[in-house]
Amino acid sequence: MKNFSAKSALLAAALAGSVSLAAVPVMAQDDTIKVGILHSLSGTMAISETTLKDTMLFLIEQQNAKGGVMGKMLEPVVVDIASDWPLAAELARQLIEVDEVDAVFGCWTSVCRKSVLPVFEELNSLLFYPVQYEGEESQRNVFYTGASPNQQAIPAVDYLMNEEGVERWVLAGTDYVYPQTTNKILEQYLLDKGVAAEDIMINYTPFGHSDWQTIVSDIKAFGSAGKKTAVVSTINGDANVPFYRELGNQGVMAEDIPVVAFSVGEEELSGFDTTPLVGHLAAWNYFMSVDTPENEEFIAAWQDFIGSEDRVTNDPMEAHMIGFNLWVAAVEKAGTTDADAVIDAIVGLETPNLTGGVAKMLPNHHITKPVLIGEIQDDGQFFVVWETEDLVPGDAWSDYLPESKMLEADWTAPINCGNYNTETETCGSAM
Amino acid sequence: MLNLRALRLVLLALPFLLLPNSAIRAQEAATDIPAAIQAMGEASLKELQQIVADLAATGSDSVVPALTALGAGNLYLDETSGTVLIERGSTYLDPISGEPVELGADADLSKIRVNNGLRRDIAAALAGMTLMSDNPSRRLTAAQGFLANPDPANIPLLDEAIAAETDANVLKAMQAARAVTILGDGEQSVEDRQAAVPLVASGAGRNALTILNSALNGAPEELVPTIHSAIAGLEQERAIWGALQNVWFGLSLGSVLLLAAIGLAITFGVMGVINMAHGEMVMLGAYTTFIVQLVIRQNFPGLLDYSLLIALPCAFLVTGAIGVGIERGIIRWLYGRPLETLLATWGLSLILQQTVRSIFGPTNQMVIAPTWMAGSTEFFGLSITYGRFWIVIFALIVFFMLLLILNRTPLGLQMRAVTQNRRMASAMGIRTPFVDAMTFGLGSGIAGLAGVALTQIDNISPNLGQNYIIDSFMVVVFGGVGNLWGTLVGALTLGVANKFLEPYAGAVLGKILILVLIILFIQRRPRGLFALKGRAVEQ
Repeated sequence: MKNFSAKSALLAAALAGSVSLAAVPVMAQDDTIKVGILHSLSGTMAISETTLKDTMLFLIEQQNAKGGVMGKMLEPVVVDIASDWPLAAELARQLIEVDEVDAVFGCWTSVCRKSVLPVFEELNSLLFYPVQYEGEESQRNVFYTGASPNQQAIPAVDYLMNEEGVERWVLAGTDYVYPQTTNKILEQYLLDKGVAAEDIMINYTPFGHSDWQTIVSDIKAFGSAGKKTAVVSTINGDANVPFYRELGNQGVMAEDIPVVAFSVGEEELSGFDTTPLVGHLAAWNYFMSVDTPENEEFIAAWQDFIGSEDRVTNDPMEAHMIGFNLWVAAVEKAGTTDADAVIDAIVGLETPNLTGGVAKMLPNHHITKPVLIGEIQDDGQFFVVWETEDLVPGDAWSDYLPESKMLEADWTAPINCGNYNTETETCGSAM
Repeated sequence: MLNLRALRLVLLALPFLLLPNSAIRAQEAATDIPAAIQAMGEASLKELQQIVADLAATGSDSVVPALTALGAGNLYLDETSGTVLIERGSTYLDPISGEPVELGADADLSKIRVNNGLRRDIAAALAGMTLMSDNPSRRLTAAQGFLANPDPANIPLLDEAIAAETDANVLKAMQAARAVTILGDGEQSVEDRQAAVPLVASGAGRNALTILNSALNGAPEELVPTIHSAIAGLEQERAIWGALQNVWFGLSLGSVLLLAAIGLAITFGVMGVINMAHGEMVMLGAYTTFIVQLVIRQNFPGLLDYSLLIALPCAFLVTGAIGVGIERGIIRWLYGRPLETLLATWGLSLILQQTVRSIFGPTNQMVIAPTWMAGSTEFFGLSITYGRFWIVIFALIVFFMLLLILNRTPLGLQMRAVTQNRRMASAMGIRTPFVDAMTFGLGSGIAGLAGVALTQIDNISPNLGQNYIIDSFMVVVFGGVGNLWGTLVGALTLGVANKFLEPYAGAVLGKILILVLIILFIQRRPRGLFALKGRAVEQ
C-alpha cells in the first residue's frame, strides 16, 4: 500500500503541475484586463482558426499601443480547443473561472458555439463569435459578428438564381448543425421561390472527408438534366481541399456548375493552386481584395505584425476586429468590464468596417454588414462580382422557416428576450 | 426557354447574319477596335460585356488574341501608361499587333478581371470567329463552343464550315454542333429535328443527356417520342456505366486501403503485434514527401514533376528505419504481451504526432500534384482521374513486389517460417529477432510508401494517420491476418462495398454500415476471409 500512495501522490502532483502550466503567465490581477482566445490550433479546423488566434493577438497589441482599455493593458489568454468540441466547453470554463478573463473571442463551428453556450450563460461572461452561422439563436451572453443566413446564404442564392439563372441546386455540407440548419432554411426558401423538390439534392459528409469521387460524380450527373445547376457548399475545414481538388480533376468548370461556398475564404485557399477553381464563388461580408483605405491600412499593419507578406486577411478576421472594437468601446462607455454593464452599453454602438461602411451592434446582438459575392482568382484572392448597396442588418430568426418567422430577438428593455414571439407576445423558452 | 443567356447570344449572333464569313475584313467604321480594346482597361463588368459584344460583332480576326487573353485572365492594364497588354509568360504583347512591348520602369500592371457570365460570352464569341481558322484544333474548339452555346443563327455558318471541312474529327464535332442547334430550334421542320436526335445522342458526348432533356421542353408532339426513346437509351447506357464507375471508385478507394493496411497485415501476421503507431508511419511518409518536394523546389526546380518518384525510396528508408528502431527499442521487450504492446504503440503514436506538430506546426502542408497526376480522361463511358489511376497502379505494384519478396527471397522465406511456427523456425536456426526487426521495418516502410500516395488525396497534417488506422485494422481483420491475398481481396471488397452504399446511404451512414457488416461477418468467420491454417497458428 505504501507504493500505491506514493504513486498516486506522484500522479496527482503531475496532474496539478500540468493544469497550472496550462494556465497562463502570472501577472498582477489589477494591472491588466484579460481577454480569452478560444480557437482550434490543431485538428481539422486548424486550417481556418489558427489565423484568428493570430488576429486577436494583433488587435490586442494594437490596442495596447494606443494605451490599452481604461488605462489598463490587455493580456491575451490563448487556449487550443483542438477541434474537440467538449474540450472547448472545458477550456471556456477554465478561461472564465481560472484565468478570470473579461471577454472571450472564439469558436468557428456552430457545434463549438453550442457546446460552450451553457458555460457562458452559467458564468455570465461574454463570447464574441466571428463566423458566419445558421441563425436560429440569440443568446444574451453572445455577440454574433459573423453573418446570419440573411447576410450570406440568402443573398448568395438570390445571386445564383437571378444573375446565373440557376434552376437546379445541390446543397452539400459537413454533417453538423450549421450546414443542416442552413440547408433547412435554403430548402424552404427555394421551395417558396417555386423550385421543384426534385431539383434540390442535399448531402452531408463527415469532418475531414477526403474521398469525394462519388459525390462530385453525382453532382455532374445531377447537373446533366438540362437545367443550369449550382452547388451551395457549407463544407467546413480541411475537407474543402480534397473537394476542390476532385472538382478540378473531374473537370467541373465554374462556367458550367458554379460552386458557391460559405466557409471558404482567402485563408483556406492560401497555399492551394487555385487555377482549376477560377470562377467558383464565395459569399462573405469582406474580401481582402476590397479596395478601401481602411482595408489597405489593416492589411499593411497585419502583415507587418505577422512578419510575412504571404499571410492573407479574411472575413472572420474582420469580424473579430469589429467585435473587439465594439467591446472596447462598450467597456469604455460603461466604465467597467463587468459583463452586465457591457451588455447594456454595447447595443447601438458603431464602429467602421473595412469595406467603407459601419458596423452597428443591434438589439438582437447581431451587426449590420454588407454582402459581397466574389469569384476565386488564380492567386487565391476573390474578385467581387456583386455587392449589396446598403448594409444588411443581421436577422437571428429566419423569416423563411415557419417555426421561427414570428420570433424576434431583442436584448434591450422592455423585451429583454432572445426568442420573443411577436404573435403571442411572450418570451419563448430559452434556446 | 427564355433566359438572359439566350437573349445575349441572339444579340451576339445577329451580326453574323450580316457577315457569315468571318474571313472578310469587317467594316471597322462600326467599332474602333483599338479604342474598344483600350477601353477594356477601366471598364466595369457591365461595360466589358458591351465591349465584348461589340468586338465580336466586328467579326475581325484581329480581336481574337485580345478576347482569348481576356477570357483566360491574361489581359492586363498598365496603370501608369494606360495601355492594355496581353501577358505571355514574362513578356507583354500589344493586343492587336502581337508585338512585344517594352514596359516602363514604373509600369503598374493590374489584371483585367471577368466573371463567369463574361467567360461564357467570350467563349461563344470566339467560337463564332475561329470556326474557319486555319488551325484544326482551333476549329475543333470552335465547334465544341457552338455545341455548348447553340444558336439557330449560326446554322448557315456551320453549314459552310462543314462543306469545307477536311479533318474527320473536326467534321464530326461540327455535325454534332449543327444537330444540337437544329434540335433546339423551334423554327426547324419536325423531320429535320427528328433526324438530328440520333446525331445528338451519339455525337454530343457527355452533354447529350442534358441537351435532349432541355430539348424536351417545348418540343412539338411528334418529336417527343423520338427524344424520349433517345433519352431512355442513353439513360440505360448511363446506368451500366454508372455501376462500372462505382466499381472504379471502389477500386481506387480499395487501393488506398490496401496500401495503408498491407504493412499492418505483415507485422500483425508475423509478430502478432498490434501496432497502433502504424497510422503515424503513413503520416511520416507523407511528411517526408513534403520535405523532399521542398528541397527539390528550392534546389532542383526542374525535377518537380518527379518529386513523388524521388520521395518513394526516401519515405521507405525513413519510415523503415523508424520501424526498425521502434521494434528494437520498444516492441522487443514486450513480446507475448499484446495489451502492453497495444498501449505502448498507442503512446508512441501520440508522441510521434506531437513531435511532428512541434516541428512542422499543426496546420496542413501542401504537396503539389505532378502534372501527370492532374486532370482526368474519358475511357468509354468512364471518367478516370489520373491521380487515382496512378495510385491504383502503384498499389498493385507494391502488392506484387511484396508478394515477390515474401515468396522468392530468403528473408521472405524466413518471415513465412516465423509466421507459421516461431519456435520451430528458431530451432531450425533462423534468427527470429533479426526477422522480427526486418519485418517491422518492412511493414513500416510500406506504410511510408502509402503516405507518399496519400499526399495526392488527403491533407498532410499530424492527424493524417488517425484517419487510416481504423480502416487498416478493418481490412486486416476482414481479410485475414498474415495473408497478403486476404488483404488485397479484403481492401478491394471493402472499397467497392463502401462506394456502392454511398449513393444510397450517404458518406456518413455508409461508413457505419460497413463497420456493422464487418462485425457481423466476424461473428461467422472470426479469422477473416483468408485465414492461415496450421497447428501453431491456432495458438
